[in-house]
Amino acid sequence: MRTFDYIRPASLPEAVAAGQQPDTAYLAAGTNLVDLMKGGVATPARIVDITRLPGLSAIERLPDGGTRVGALVRNSDLAYDAAFAETYPMVAEALLAGASAQLRNAATVGGNLMQRTRCPYFTDAVSPCNKREPGAGCAALGHATRIHAVQGWSEHCIATHPSDFCVPLVALDAVVEIAGPDGERTVPLTAFHHLPGDHPERETALRPGELITALRLPPEAAAFQGNARYLKVRDRTSYAFAVVSAAAALTLDGGTIGRARLAFGGLALKPWRVEEAEAALVGHAPSPEAYAKAAALALDGARPTGEANAFKIELARRVAVRALTLAAAGTPARIPALPASPFGIV
Amino acid sequence: MTIPLRLTLNGQTRAIALEDPRITLLDLLRERLGLTGAKKGCDRGQCGACTVLVDGRRINACLTLAASLDGAEVLTIEGLAEGDRLHPVQAAFIAHDGFQCGFCTPGQIMSAVGLIREGHAGTDPERIREGMSGNLCRCGAYAGILEAVRDAAGQTEHREDAA
Repeated sequence: MRTFDYIRPASLPEAVAAGQQPDTAYLAAGTNLVDLMKGGVATPARIVDITRLPGLSAIERLPDGGTRVGALVRNSDLAYDAAFAETYPMVAEALLAGASAQLRNAATVGGNLMQRTRCPYFTDAVSPCNKREPGAGCAALGHATRIHAVQGWSEHCIATHPSDFCVPLVALDAVVEIAGPDGERTVPLTAFHHLPGDHPERETALRPGELITALRLPPEAAAFQGNARYLKVRDRTSYAFAVVSAAAALTLDGGTIGRARLAFGGLALKPWRVEEAEAALVGHAPSPEAYAKAAALALDGARPTGEANAFKIELARRVAVRALTLAAAGTPARIPALPASPFGIV
Repeated sequence: MTIPLRLTLNGQTRAIALEDPRITLLDLLRERLGLTGAKKGCDRGQCGACTVLVDGRRINACLTLAASLDGAEVLTIEGLAEGDRLHPVQAAFIAHDGFQCGFCTPGQIMSAVGLIREGHAGTDPERIREGMSGNLCRCGAYAGILEAVRDAAGQTEHREDAA
């Protein structure tokens, strides 16, 4: 690991001030950053340790019916917050479907948004990678694996975003609160992660020196609590990244779908939400035919990046249909023993 | 640059001067403080052999920079027993043959202690398997590990019922 200067600020303004120097990284739990530093993928010259900053660890219900979650709330604390899990069950299910208990106990909300792709050509620190070294080329192109993208990729990068948590958050229109040298601003989570395009190194909407302070769920996000599921298909039943996942949420008015949300993980370099697919469900009775139509729309334009991931397009359609079927059946009273797994759920 | 660090380690207050910010909690325990119970398996947060409790929660010591733990309370396998009296999870691992070579065992036991404290799995085998999935055992002693954790979790529930 390259050595670095270690700075432990006492307040948020001090942290942001310290974060203005070039080549600085903010450290929360470090479950991804320290791993990347050990592998030589991340080589910051300075670390600003925000782990124990005050004021960033609250889960607050807002007067308007929304919720604000501080950037330093640990994944497990959020997933097991009874009020949060009842109101946003698919977010809790996604959190518990990610990583291991040890990692969830450490990893933070802000850190989850900032985690890097697990593309093996990125994490090996030596293969040509346009994210690590703009212009170097993409070693994954022509050697795609099961975790590579089928939506939104470019010839410069075919990586996917690994987060489970972000998938239902995008479906629920979450907003990211950011502090920076010019004050505070907000960015919708849908616009927070960038598709690779010509600049795969520009991963998020954060400007240099900016810091995520909180995540906000708007009041409407609470409307889906009765019919919301996260479904994750992976190579092991636990402790593995998604091959494909889907967050599905509905409101049911009598016999028809009033509102619908559908977003995918594992398909692209950001959580993949297709509003046309959601709109196609509205006003229809919940049915396999309606789900299939929405799933087809959601995968419109999908293209594999190799033989190894061509199956993901059909898999994603089926995961969408199943997630919608589960959502329509109702949120379970308790998150299943194997969160988000296609096994062991009725 | 020396970084001052105060820890409560297995119940004792320790003042430590870190001469290198790269030192992880695992390296601090093993290389500086002589506590070699927590093991370095993958050193990348994948195997769980380094599991310890920080402020009562199980985490991977290999991915935690020691400098970030100023003021924290750390419990390792060395601090689990009370004198010669084994912790119930330690006793259950012996009773149920929850190991073969023993390398992963300190991490398994600390993870099981954390799991039982978290209180979400109870004695449900599927919830215990899922909750312990961050601890790998190359010998494949999972059947014994599961029985040990179920037994210890059941004893804990029984004690709480009696209380």
